[in-house]
Amino acid sequence: METKRLVFIGVGGQGNLLASRLVGEAALSMNIPTVVSEIHGMAQRGGIVESAVLLGDVSSPIVSSSEADVLIGFEPLETLRALGKCNKDTVVITNIHPLPPFTVAVGQGTYPPVEDTLQFIRERANKVIELDGNAIAEEVGNPLSLNMVMLGALIGSETTPIGAEEMKKVLSTSTKKAFLESNLKAFDMGMASAS
Amino acid sequence: MHKLLTESPGEKMLLLGNEAIARGALEAGVSFATCYPGTPSSEIPMNFFAISQESDLYFEYSTNEKVAMEVAAAAAVSGLRTIVTMKHVGLNVAADPLMTLAYVGVKGGMVIINADDPSLFSSQNEQDNRYFARLAGLPMLEPTTSQEMKDMTLTAFEMSEALELPVIIRTTTRLAHVRGAVELGDLKPITKKATFEKNPFRFVTVPAVSRNLHKVLLGKIEEASEISDGDAYNEVIGTGKWGIVANGACFNYVKDAVLDLGIGDQVSILKLVMSWPQPETLCIDFMKKMDKVLVVEELEPINETELKAMAQENGITIPIKGKGVGAFSRLYEYDPGMVRQTIADYFGIEYKALEQLDISATPELPARPPNLCAGCPHRASYYAVKEVFGKDAIFPTDIGCYTLGVLPPISMADFVICMGSSVSSSCGFAQATDQKVVSFIGDSTFFHSGMTGLANAVHNNHKFTLVILDNGTTAMTGHQIHPGVNTEPMGVERTRISIENVVRGLGVQDVHMIKPFKLKKAKESIKKAMEYDGISVIISEELCPLFAKATKQFKKAKPFRVNHDKCKNHRDCINLLACPAMYLEGDQVEIDKIACIGCTVCAQVCPENAIVPVKEG
Repeated sequence: METKRLVFIGVGGQGNLLASRLVGEAALSMNIPTVVSEIHGMAQRGGIVESAVLLGDVSSPIVSSSEADVLIGFEPLETLRALGKCNKDTVVITNIHPLPPFTVAVGQGTYPPVEDTLQFIRERANKVIELDGNAIAEEVGNPLSLNMVMLGALIGSETTPIGAEEMKKVLSTSTKKAFLESNLKAFDMGMASAS
Repeated sequence: MHKLLTESPGEKMLLLGNEAIARGALEAGVSFATCYPGTPSSEIPMNFFAISQESDLYFEYSTNEKVAMEVAAAAAVSGLRTIVTMKHVGLNVAADPLMTLAYVGVKGGMVIINADDPSLFSSQNEQDNRYFARLAGLPMLEPTTSQEMKDMTLTAFEMSEALELPVIIRTTTRLAHVRGAVELGDLKPITKKATFEKNPFRFVTVPAVSRNLHKVLLGKIEEASEISDGDAYNEVIGTGKWGIVANGACFNYVKDAVLDLGIGDQVSILKLVMSWPQPETLCIDFMKKMDKVLVVEELEPINETELKAMAQENGITIPIKGKGVGAFSRLYEYDPGMVRQTIADYFGIEYKALEQLDISATPELPARPPNLCAGCPHRASYYAVKEVFGKDAIFPTDIGCYTLGVLPPISMADFVICMGSSVSSSCGFAQATDQKVVSFIGDSTFFHSGMTGLANAVHNNHKFTLVILDNGTTAMTGHQIHPGVNTEPMGVERTRISIENVVRGLGVQDVHMIKPFKLKKAKESIKKAMEYDGISVIISEELCPLFAKATKQFKKAKPFRVNHDKCKNHRDCINLLACPAMYLEGDQVEIDKIACIGCTVCAQVCPENAIVPVKEG
């Protein structure tokens, strides 16, 4: 089976750990071998959170530099920071909504203009899918559904063997009833913006 | 029902390594579980805690790892199947009971879960606890996948009972925090009680008894060696002449590398799952067949050194290498790419790594370190203490969320080496220097190992101020309970111990209770503590807002905003407090009203009174 190495990068609280777990659940439901790695603990206090999903004939749970097939960035600066995971064939999917780190507010650095960041990525990556995930999440009335938008974009990019139906089935059994409708809507809109 | 209590053998679940361990223990009919939480082991006890609410499993968060080990040891010598979990540095705390527990052994199976943290994702060091197996003389298992984590926890209980010895399972972050498919087995019923049978010649370790027990232990190690040499755990995969020896997470990197490099026919992999005692016959036979051997292990060159010793004794002269080859070092965790590259280099295979995108022109990016949460009471406590003591006092600190006080602009962490070191090191700093000393410790850490240091401070007349940051929970590791927690809102019955009573009971005369969000009053108390000639203790009480929210104790308050008619842009709020709810819009400070919990601290700090509650709710 073809191997796929997915890297999810985000900021504590954006829900990328849940997103990567759900991809793993969907893979399991399709009998696709999978391992998912997460970092818990200190990393979650507002810092950078990285997770990885590996699909197919692969046992290692992490993705080395330059070896990602898909990089899913929940925040543009963090997508840029993780670009070392990419090679010339990597597909980059990135949220374009900035979330400046606190260091910027206290004058320990400047947040690069989002357009410059995106241009930097476009000039290098094979394919870049850009979307305003936060705007979509707001639109469906559930600001916490950013991870569902990004999940939708991943499935919409057709870079994995996981189909929308399988993914939605997992979403339906793994998310709280109250948020299900908005989550599915967020997923669909994320998907639409990637395809 | 808890998902790990699912009764459907054969079903596959995507389980975190730590969940798989908990499930394996349940499939072994574990009756008794103890721990002190610590990343990356914490999800095991968190699952046990929940499961103990709906089954006959006895579980406790013990006050520290030594206590957890001793409580568990008693259950195991009484005959119950027992598990105790901790992070690697926790085993240092529990090392005292561990060493002699190995002498007396157990009756019911006892499994010790030890989680190492190569690369220090959330630890103060990256010590290699494989040494503990050798130091104590206890068998060690190192599973390589979630499935093996479950299966081996189950068989570890059986091995423990067969040998009458505790068995250590060593995980690392890349096993504990990895999800993989796990096929479930049958759950075993839980035995609630056992009967302790007295046997002072085994269980009372006076010198005359222990002299004999040491001999008994050596005999058990011999038996364990035979298990290790059998086919239950360790195996050789492949028939090639290039030998690769791997354990734990590294085994996966090796397996993938051999596949990626297409060298399956040339290679034999010795997979060490029962990594101590080493399977000596298997290792020697393996090395005899190889042209050369590469040892792939993170951290210390333990397997490498032991294999070299075996080779020397058996006249095997092939090259055996590990540390120093390619990027293999004693530092940090390995990764698939570097293992693939190093294998290719060592065996002389043409291999070209994927080329990284050219990112050399990446501009300097602002860092994103972790930070105390918006409305975290620690921020207020730190601010108030700095206002009174200034920034030049020595600030020994301890292990918890509040260690983040090391970051600017707080910058109030000068020394930390382990749990509890804040208090004891303050005794030393206060005596060895003429500098002012103010130390910080969390509530859970105080019970873990701060009390003994405080007794020392009182008894030896040391002069410093100890601030106990009491946020009502063990916050850093995921809101576990400890002896000072009010467990009622969680629907759990435990006796709460008052920190103030403990402090006074230890003989501290100058004790101040403060509410950190009431800055003016807090500062008055801190000033009194500073002026006290002796040991003074400040207990700063305010619930961790995340914990309060999770347990429905959170009192909703209006968020705050900046009134720009009044704001003169001193930026004391942002520069002194660094609350993540604040951000700059142009050159104006704004407050994110979703992130702000209305703690009011910034409003009290603002010299222009320009920070005010948002009017509409």
